[in-house]
Amino acid sequence: MPKIKIDGSEIEVENGTTLLQACEIAGAEVPRFCYHERLSIAGNCRMCLVEVKGTPKPQASCAMSVNDLRPGPNGEPPEVFTRTPQVKKAREGVMEFLLINHPLDCPICDQGGECDLQDQAMAYGIDRNRFHENKRAVEDKYIGPLVKTSMNRCIQCTRCVRFTTEVGGVEDLGAIGRGEDMEITTYLERAMTSELQGNVIDLCPVGALTSKPYEFKARPWELRKTETIDVMDAVGSNIRVDARGREVMRILPRSNDDVNEEWITDKSRFVWDGLKSQRLDRPYIREMGKLRPATWNEAFARIAEQIKATAPDRIGVLMGDLNSVEEMYSLKTLATQLGIGNVDCRQDGSPLGEAGGRAGYIFNPGIAGIERADAILLIGTNPRMEAAVLNARIRKAWRNRAVPIGVIGEHADLTYRYSYLGAGPDTLVELVEGRGDFIEKLKNAKAPLIIVGAGAISRPDGKAVLANAAKLAQACGAIKDGWNGFAVLHTAAARVGGLDICALPAQGGRSTREILAGASSGDIDFVYLLGADEIDMASLGRAFVVYQGTHGDAGAHRADVILPGAAYTEKSGTFVNTEGRAQLAYRAAFPPGEAREDWAILRALSELLGKKLPWDSLDQLRAELYKVAPHLARINQLVPADAAGLQELADRAGAMASDAFHSPVRDFYLTNPITRASFTMAECSALRHRTRLQAAE
Amino acid sequence: MSVRRLGPDQPASFEFTEQNLAWARATIAKYPPGKQASAVLPVLWRAQEQNDGWISRAAMEYVGRMLDMAYIRVYEIATFYTMFQLSPVGSKAHIQVCGTTPCMLRGAEDLKAVCRRKISPDAHQLSADGAFSWEEVECLGACVNAPMVQIFKDTYEDLTPETFEKLIDDIAAGRPVKPGPQNGRQLSAPEGGATTLLDNSLYDKPRTFERVEAPPPPPPAPPPSNAAADPAKPKPEKS
Repeated sequence: MPKIKIDGSEIEVENGTTLLQACEIAGAEVPRFCYHERLSIAGNCRMCLVEVKGTPKPQASCAMSVNDLRPGPNGEPPEVFTRTPQVKKAREGVMEFLLINHPLDCPICDQGGECDLQDQAMAYGIDRNRFHENKRAVEDKYIGPLVKTSMNRCIQCTRCVRFTTEVGGVEDLGAIGRGEDMEITTYLERAMTSELQGNVIDLCPVGALTSKPYEFKARPWELRKTETIDVMDAVGSNIRVDARGREVMRILPRSNDDVNEEWITDKSRFVWDGLKSQRLDRPYIREMGKLRPATWNEAFARIAEQIKATAPDRIGVLMGDLNSVEEMYSLKTLATQLGIGNVDCRQDGSPLGEAGGRAGYIFNPGIAGIERADAILLIGTNPRMEAAVLNARIRKAWRNRAVPIGVIGEHADLTYRYSYLGAGPDTLVELVEGRGDFIEKLKNAKAPLIIVGAGAISRPDGKAVLANAAKLAQACGAIKDGWNGFAVLHTAAARVGGLDICALPAQGGRSTREILAGASSGDIDFVYLLGADEIDMASLGRAFVVYQGTHGDAGAHRADVILPGAAYTEKSGTFVNTEGRAQLAYRAAFPPGEAREDWAILRALSELLGKKLPWDSLDQLRAELYKVAPHLARINQLVPADAAGLQELADRAGAMASDAFHSPVRDFYLTNPITRASFTMAECSALRHRTRLQAAE
Repeated sequence: MSVRRLGPDQPASFEFTEQNLAWARATIAKYPPGKQASAVLPVLWRAQEQNDGWISRAAMEYVGRMLDMAYIRVYEIATFYTMFQLSPVGSKAHIQVCGTTPCMLRGAEDLKAVCRRKISPDAHQLSADGAFSWEEVECLGACVNAPMVQIFKDTYEDLTPETFEKLIDDIAAGRPVKPGPQNGRQLSAPEGGATTLLDNSLYDKPRTFERVEAPPPPPPAPPPSNAAADPAKPKPEKS
């Protein structure tokens, strides 16, 4: 490994390290605009110039490898300086050039206060300008409803172009013209098509690309920042929620290499306006067919009256997609105390958790494990729609290492090339029986990865599909010491948490499908919906429905009693992502009106029902919770599941129906009550839908 | 150079002629499989030639589809290279006036004034009858014959406003024109005949050359005495 001396201190670095990275390792700060560690190297901003001993001119440190430097005459390591007068002068010169055409509109720029150019001009620039001609003027471009452009400010670092092409996998953005007249745009100002396009806002080191919904809303120093977890998909992206007063103003990603690297989807980023509209801010009771506002006591009394009048086996409990583990555990405990066995946290009707233990329902190799996989099979999933950030990981594996990818299911554009094997279970059976070309690739791989999507297992024959997938994983050697390549890709943030605390039908209890069937046939008289909106409300029949949740969506429209809960930004809670990683979300703002945190609502209700839950605070609740599911106490850690359970699962492989697999996510932008209340998401959805129609014509 | 945009009036479609299509296929085949996008410059250039000297949006998208490239990538290339015209050019001639220093010093400004007067006040604008258009370009490499213009593939050199006007008139009238110097000069030979080496006697003698040998190298210096005393002893390695 090469040795290098930076500002006098000698370090040893990996082969292929760039000078800029080596400087960072040595603790020397190097300013930069175009360089980004997760993108390819462009070397066009010239801000990272350093002095290399023996070279006549300063060198762009981002584009030069330590291996390119020659040792001194007596074999001493090459020397790099970052604090010499030459470097200072070079930086000042580059900064002066950058500012020639950069407008001085910081006071009206949304990036002000968190702008790389502003900060670096303060740190490395000079306080005057020798350029007295007019500044360049550039037309602003339309590149979609999410990203606002102010192209006068662009310094042409091309981070956005590289991001959409390399990570996003769509060739939307490009740089037209050249020299001073170079402009960043989409082809004839069409909207960008990536689900990750919002990340260009973070990547842009100046205020050229800013958030359109957040336009002129707040200044960064006014915002209260809360580091929390996203619930829009099952990836559990790490986010930072910025709030002012009671209002969430924006959502930004946090860096976590094991989960979301530093990207989040547009849904995670722009959903915040949905937290303000259609909110349930007080309890409601349905009287004479109409909902009327009520007090908490009235609502609780109504529920208690109904529950006491109904036999426990005629009561069903369904849990939705956005719940934290705490409230699901509260409800599950309450249901057990009341003798209710008809409890299900899988509102999509999947058979997960019934066999195979924990390994049977989580993404066993972990999201970061995708980067170890050397052959990937997707069964009944469209990860681009279901977990766009995870899809970017798969794309990365494909792009960097040419990992072969096979797909059974929809023939969709996943942003990478794959071999399309077939549409449905017949192809899966073929693979299990060892036929086809792709099985050889899986068998020859050292770390094959089988990803089963929610679309494949939420069907009535989901049990058999899941079992066959497990059997295939075993047959191709995906389950062995040190590697478990059987992965379930969930679509709901709450699902793994619910399964971890076993919020499943008790012995003889009814599952989601059976509860719904029971409700429409009259066998179930009372249904408690904890944020469950993605079920067919018509099939609830004449049952008495309690809806506890945040938004006036499908569930609230059908409900007889509405209990207003707290959204994910308004409560502290544990969320377990698809790989089984427990993460804590924190409160960034308070719930509106009389809405309360969900665990507290259930605790209050339990007292009225005479079955008081044995905790008075969230801490006590968590202490109880950790007794049942100790791995949830290991926050942010990946707890591997015992792969032995998969054998049991594989043994159940039976016949499947022959219908094609479909992804459960029909519209990426509208998948849960919060997104459906969001104006931005509706706009995106309309745009996407319209583009599709045009393409079909 | 300036900001370049697609022209406002765009034809609905573009397609290669059979001949050009065969040529394009052969060009693409020169590159390894999967690297067909490398053929974008020659294919675009051929599209421009077929499309009366400019690239329409339809042509750009046609090339994009042919080479399996995103439209934005073709758009980037078409806007980067100024030799790709993005709006219609004169049907009879698109005149590229060299405006770089040598030509400028020899009167390129006057040629531009002729263009402004006879063709259109601004570059990249069609003349009233649509037959001519002009633009200023960077050095075309004929500085010795400055000032000069290029019309399609030919250059017309040693121009004066008068000869340039005549050239335009000849092209407009369909009269044959001769590329190269317009003042009777032979290629880039000295104007008005040779001015040096005029003495004919210089050429009388047969041309011979005498070979001059380099002096022999000096004899090697005598080796140091201690090494000479013991030739078997290895020389100490230089560390």
